[in-house]
Amino acid sequence: MARIDLVDLAQSYSGNDAAPESFALKPISMTWRQGGAYALLGPSGCGKTTLLNLISGIVTPTRGKILFDGKDITPLSTQKRNIAQVFQFPVIYDTMTVGENLAFPLKNRGVPKAQIDARVAEIGELLDLTPYLNRKATRLTPDAKQKISLGRGLVRSDVAAVLFDEPLTVIDPALKWELRSKLKALHRALDLTMIYVTHDQTEALTFADTVVVMHDGRVVQSGTPQELFDKPAHTFVGYFIGSPGMNIVPAEVSGREARIGGHVIALQRSYDKLPAGATIEIGVRPEFVHVATPAPGLLLAQVERVDDLGRVSFARVRIGGVKFAARVPQGFSVPGGDVGLVFDPSRVHVYADSRLVEGGA
Amino acid sequence: MDKTVNQKAWFLVLPVFLIVAFSAVLPLMTVVNYSVQDTFGNNQFFWNGVGWFKELLDPSSDLGSRFFASLLRNLAFSAIILTIQVPLGILVALSMPREGWRVAACLVILALPLLIPWNVVGTIWQIFGRPDIGLLGYTLNHMGIDYNYVSNEFDAWATVIVMDVWHWTSLVALLCYAGLKSIPDAYYQAAQIDGASRWAVFRAIQLPKLNRVLLIGVLLRFMDSFMIYTEPFVVTGGGPGNSTTFVSIELVKIALGQFDLGKAAALSLVYNLIVLIVCWVFYTVMTNAGVDHTKPEGAV
Repeated sequence: MARIDLVDLAQSYSGNDAAPESFALKPISMTWRQGGAYALLGPSGCGKTTLLNLISGIVTPTRGKILFDGKDITPLSTQKRNIAQVFQFPVIYDTMTVGENLAFPLKNRGVPKAQIDARVAEIGELLDLTPYLNRKATRLTPDAKQKISLGRGLVRSDVAAVLFDEPLTVIDPALKWELRSKLKALHRALDLTMIYVTHDQTEALTFADTVVVMHDGRVVQSGTPQELFDKPAHTFVGYFIGSPGMNIVPAEVSGREARIGGHVIALQRSYDKLPAGATIEIGVRPEFVHVATPAPGLLLAQVERVDDLGRVSFARVRIGGVKFAARVPQGFSVPGGDVGLVFDPSRVHVYADSRLVEGGA
Repeated sequence: MDKTVNQKAWFLVLPVFLIVAFSAVLPLMTVVNYSVQDTFGNNQFFWNGVGWFKELLDPSSDLGSRFFASLLRNLAFSAIILTIQVPLGILVALSMPREGWRVAACLVILALPLLIPWNVVGTIWQIFGRPDIGLLGYTLNHMGIDYNYVSNEFDAWATVIVMDVWHWTSLVALLCYAGLKSIPDAYYQAAQIDGASRWAVFRAIQLPKLNRVLLIGVLLRFMDSFMIYTEPFVVTGGGPGNSTTFVSIELVKIALGQFDLGKAAALSLVYNLIVLIVCWVFYTVMTNAGVDHTKPEGAV
């Protein structure tokens, strides 16, 4: 039960003197509030597991501090940190029964037996493990094993946070859904701070109230799933989140107009003070551009193929050399050659050197 | 799939068949042959049936009493060295470094005793323990401890046991080290998170994961110590008296010392049978260890 603050936290696996660009985690400062459900989202190697291991104390930071409720716990060992963590691959103590596995973290901390039994029964119930509590924890399916690992993470009621390191990697897709909603329910039931590391956007967006997107050792954006969708702060967030991802097209922007190859697209806001020399791009989600019959005033694009996703179809097109995706309106049949693109001006964002530029009124 | 019939393929098996026949089967049959006959020399043999075996298994006869006494000594020896070497080997493996140049250094040092030929090990300890010129014997005697492995039974046993521990603990340690290395880091990290003490980590993670390696280690060490010959023979020659005469030493005494071929053949067959049975028991235990015979559980 604690608020967690990271202060200028950074980690380099080749020492403090390594080049700043080589740091696995570039200096970050952020706050995790008590009781929140967070997801750390990013591709493999972006530093999310490093960040998690720093919080749990498995890795000691090269620089910076970690505060639990304002108290500096950076020098404390994992055992003293009051953190629970669930790993990517299930860890089972296979000489013990399922119940003893769940009781292990409590037993090690000298919790009275009656209290342990009550808590193990509660967690066993929540995870549907009650019938198996007295069974040896060997020869179980991977998802049952991972449930036990989850249970050991959740069994302590006094932890500052429960950290999950891609816990559903080994689970069958059908059971993933079940376990994910179970976790969400557990978060509501147990009032624990949870930090969930994943590279799967669906997992992140369904689990978390706040999604922290990481890229190349940096936090590029932290916000609700809606914010990440509506207003990506970085082009990386734009194309990493969403399926298909955001369209990013190089453009010349001045005032309320963006030009792509001589064609003008209206913008809702005014961009007068763009940094000189920066690479300017516009970004728009495929959901907010639709294809239409070519007509004067519309940007022309060559159709490559149409992806039918069931409820909605996206046309994969090309503008010059740039790939682009756009929604196909209901009942519109896409012609073979060129189509026109209709933009929703309020949904077009401008990026300078990959970072979002806020326009003026 | 259709099998091609080609009787010439038997020729491929022939070399192995011949080698095994001449190196194992025929010599063994010679022993079987000797074990059922008696001789008064001059290459004249008489049929004796199971007479030698009866005598061997009868503790009141001379042969039987020597056999059972040496067997008992041998079992005691194996039990003692196992109770020392297995825990000690685990302890050594646990305290070995996990990375860096020290790993290589430790491995080389541990492997050294294993590379020394048996009779050289015996000679080393024979000299090392001598009260007049041996470092160990000389030092002990000058500290006021009356140590002499030639005349004192306890000292002879202690010397043989310490020598075996010195020679073979490395094997257990190396096996355990390999077993420990194969435990994924996630287990240790999870144990840290779960607040496990050093002892709890050992009981809950390391020992269960060492299970199979330890079974192999115990099997190897038991067989080796049960068949031990060279080292105690070089150091004590089986003495003082018969106190360190193990089964193999007794066997050689009967076969080559007294030239009682029939008795020696019967003894070596029974000895061989004991070894085979122990091997089989260990093998059965090992292949069944850790295998839960209940059916795997479906989705929990």
